[in-house]
Amino acid sequence: MHSDIVISQSDHRPMYLQIMEQVKQKVAVGDWAPGDEIPSIRQLAMDLRVSVITIKRAYLELEREGVIITQHGKGSIIAPNPDLSPRLYVEEFSEHLEKVARLGELLGLSSEEIARRTKEASSRLNEARPTKEIV
Amino acid sequence: MNDLSVQFDGVSKRYTHFSLENVHLELPTGSIMGFIGANGAGKSTTIRILMGLVHQDEGSVRVLGHPMPADQAAAKLDIGFVSEDMRLYGAATLAWHMNFLRPIYPRWDQPYAEKLAQRFDLKPQQKIKGLSHGQRVKAALLLALARRPRLLVLDEPTTGLDPVARVEVLGELMAALADEERTILISSHNTLDVEQISDQITFIDRGRIIDSDNKEAFLDRWRRLRLVLPPDVVVPRLPGVIEVGGSSRLPVLTTNQFEPAMVSVCNDLGVTVQAVDTMTLEEIFVANVHSRRERLTA
Repeated sequence: MHSDIVISQSDHRPMYLQIMEQVKQKVAVGDWAPGDEIPSIRQLAMDLRVSVITIKRAYLELEREGVIITQHGKGSIIAPNPDLSPRLYVEEFSEHLEKVARLGELLGLSSEEIARRTKEASSRLNEARPTKEIV
Repeated sequence: MNDLSVQFDGVSKRYTHFSLENVHLELPTGSIMGFIGANGAGKSTTIRILMGLVHQDEGSVRVLGHPMPADQAAAKLDIGFVSEDMRLYGAATLAWHMNFLRPIYPRWDQPYAEKLAQRFDLKPQQKIKGLSHGQRVKAALLLALARRPRLLVLDEPTTGLDPVARVEVLGELMAALADEERTILISSHNTLDVEQISDQITFIDRGRIIDSDNKEAFLDRWRRLRLVLPPDVVVPRLPGVIEVGGSSRLPVLTTNQFEPAMVSVCNDLGVTVQAVDTMTLEEIFVANVHSRRERLTA
């Protein structure tokens, strides 16, 4: 099975997070179904030219989050009911919110103004992408 | 079977103007180690000791279970070595080199050698002296890989390679590790060359190992914190801080023992944490070298 995962060198996030995100997206859109066997750690490392330890880390976190199940000596499969709750995004989201609040304060914006601008940004995003494919 | 392919214990070697001091190094079988140091840091000396080409003054070295340099003949059958100054016979062709090595190494894999020649875009009938620098490096690597060695030791292999050739070379190195029994040590003065494929990272500076860990741990524990201090508040004492830069009101702390709890500690002290930046391996290396050198001169 070819992995089709792409690692971006200009993405500031660690590589293991990029891999986790793309595995979850594959599951979300149905490319990888529950019970499907996914590439072994070593296979994916070779495909992506990324160290084994980085893939190991990504698989370990994915297992902790309930997206995949790793059977010792048998490789990994997508969990029967994969949990795609984006815990990591929640953390990132609150970090960004704090930055927004701080920058808003720096610009002398009222909290109403900050809320209004946030709402505007999200409606702009919805207009640009009428069909929401990825959760 | 020993699960360490390379083991250095308290190894020292002294020259008039340079000494390698008390080197400990462990390379688990099946992994890739990036061995990073500035020019003249001691990378090549360490590698020559590993290969038995230079004998250590003190300490023990085991490579694939063989004590070095005593057992070097046996060890070398299983080690593929490529260095920047590797000499091939200029008047001979690549095919001649392949035929020369074939009877010496029992595991020589001719179909693999031919496949590599194709992937590296090398013509076996071409004479070595007509090859570019990059082609010579690829030829030397081909000759080492086709022996199917259990340990591959590469001294600055990517130096002077163009980006396309570098990606090809790194890809073949990864492919060589497919069966979990093979191990690679790759030295470079450029972290970017080895960052992506390395499992273990070791930094060496001025003849001493200054840090060695798995790559994910390195990337996890190093952070730069950008703080905003209220007037009359001192920089909080946080664990692992090796450098304090920035200004007095806007200090920038570099720590090698980052914990998410540090942020709440700062907040409790009335200090705003503006940003927690991850660091690239290059930034980590440079910060590491600077702090070590400063401590030595202090």
